[in-house]
Amino acid sequence: MANWSISKLVARSAVGTPATRRYPFTRREPFAATRGHVRFAEDTCVFCNLCAKVCPTDAIVVNRKEKRWMIDRRKCILCGACTESCRKACLFLENAPAPPMTAAEWERIRIETE
Amino acid sequence: MSAPTQTKPRTIVPFGPQHPVLPEPIHLDLVLEDEKVVDAIPTIGFVHRGLEKLCEKHDFHKMTQVAERVCGICSFMHGMGYCQAIETVMGIEVPARALFLRTFWAELSRVHSHLLWLGLIADAFGFESLFMHSWRVREKILDIIEETSGGRVIFGSCKIGGIRRDVADDILRRIRRELDPIETEFRDIASVFDQDPTAKRRLRGLGALSREDAHALGAVGPTARGSGIDFDARKLGYAAYPQLEFEPVVETAGDCQARCSVRIREIHQSFDLLRQAIDKMPAGAIEVPVKGNPNGEYMSRLEQPRGEVGYYVKGDGKKNLGRFRVRTPTFANIPALIHMLKGCEFADVPVIVLTIDPCISCAER
Repeated sequence: MANWSISKLVARSAVGTPATRRYPFTRREPFAATRGHVRFAEDTCVFCNLCAKVCPTDAIVVNRKEKRWMIDRRKCILCGACTESCRKACLFLENAPAPPMTAAEWERIRIETE
Repeated sequence: MSAPTQTKPRTIVPFGPQHPVLPEPIHLDLVLEDEKVVDAIPTIGFVHRGLEKLCEKHDFHKMTQVAERVCGICSFMHGMGYCQAIETVMGIEVPARALFLRTFWAELSRVHSHLLWLGLIADAFGFESLFMHSWRVREKILDIIEETSGGRVIFGSCKIGGIRRDVADDILRRIRRELDPIETEFRDIASVFDQDPTAKRRLRGLGALSREDAHALGAVGPTARGSGIDFDARKLGYAAYPQLEFEPVVETAGDCQARCSVRIREIHQSFDLLRQAIDKMPAGAIEVPVKGNPNGEYMSRLEQPRGEVGYYVKGDGKKNLGRFRVRTPTFANIPALIHMLKGCEFADVPVIVLTIDPCISCAER
């Protein structure tokens, strides 16, 4: 009988549906809690710089004078420290991943962080 | 005049740092007499990142994220060990719900780490379909981890003073119901490891480590418990473990089969602890505010899937720590591994190396 201990798994695999998804026809939806990307709502922001201070990877750059808020998504580790620290509730962790950065965005943030 | 004693010629064969059985770099110089290993000389340091030194650059809150990135498998427990050490130094009382959720995530980590290992050992002894089945079940655990913490590898849930996010009670109750079919599926896989003659032939009697040797060489975790040492750091009473009922899983044979059995039984034990943690989950706050800087030193100990880990922190009242040190289980198990390898066949080396569940990124930090 011991020789057939794998047979139960083999039989189930043979007659059952695949354990994997048929990507790209079936896509995996993120969970509600999944950390996908940080979203910024500019209308309530007072540019206090608190989010940039708590960021462990220095991914956030805040320019108070020019009222600009920028995030380098390549550096962001989605820890949620900025969303927790925000007193005006203008930072949110969305569950879908961010779209890829454009070359112009990348260049702008590179100049800003230098 | 007697003839001089004939000694067999010795050959040195390098094992790693790039080897099909291990994705991580460890190098062993295997001294062989024919096909028999008579000695093994380890070399580590290929992926040393100097994470401990980073405590001088980042403040102690931000070091939680660094600690989590010591390892990609037991990431949660690294963060938890660091937070526990800082909380003890600063005298912070962590809320009960946060402690229970930390225990919940720690046990999920243990289940997924052991399932990963079972897949890898099956692959190492040439049983690829068993490897696939182990990882199929592991995927379901990873989904639970993602649903509750938001990440599959890096949980990002632990912070000094508690946890970052709560898990709703209805989600926890649903997860509790889902655990039963997952455990049933796992039981089918475990029976292959226990009963299949090919698995037995590749594991039984291999890489034997006696209880005395395991103790003398400082083995930890399933490596030590497979040799009959009745020690589990969870019994020290951190997080919510004092409120949960369990006994350390111990096997006495000391061979690869025993270490495999310990991990299989620990998965069942973790499922039981998960159910207990959900049933006894208290309501209330998940964090307390943290004020001031750590001033003092402490060594926090906890049980990771690979064994006991030690987190030493020393603060001098500034926002940056003075010293941060991690003592990882893989590093502690390397002397025991060298002892196991002596006398084995050359073809058995990959299987024996895998039975200590080596995590080189942990060992080199």
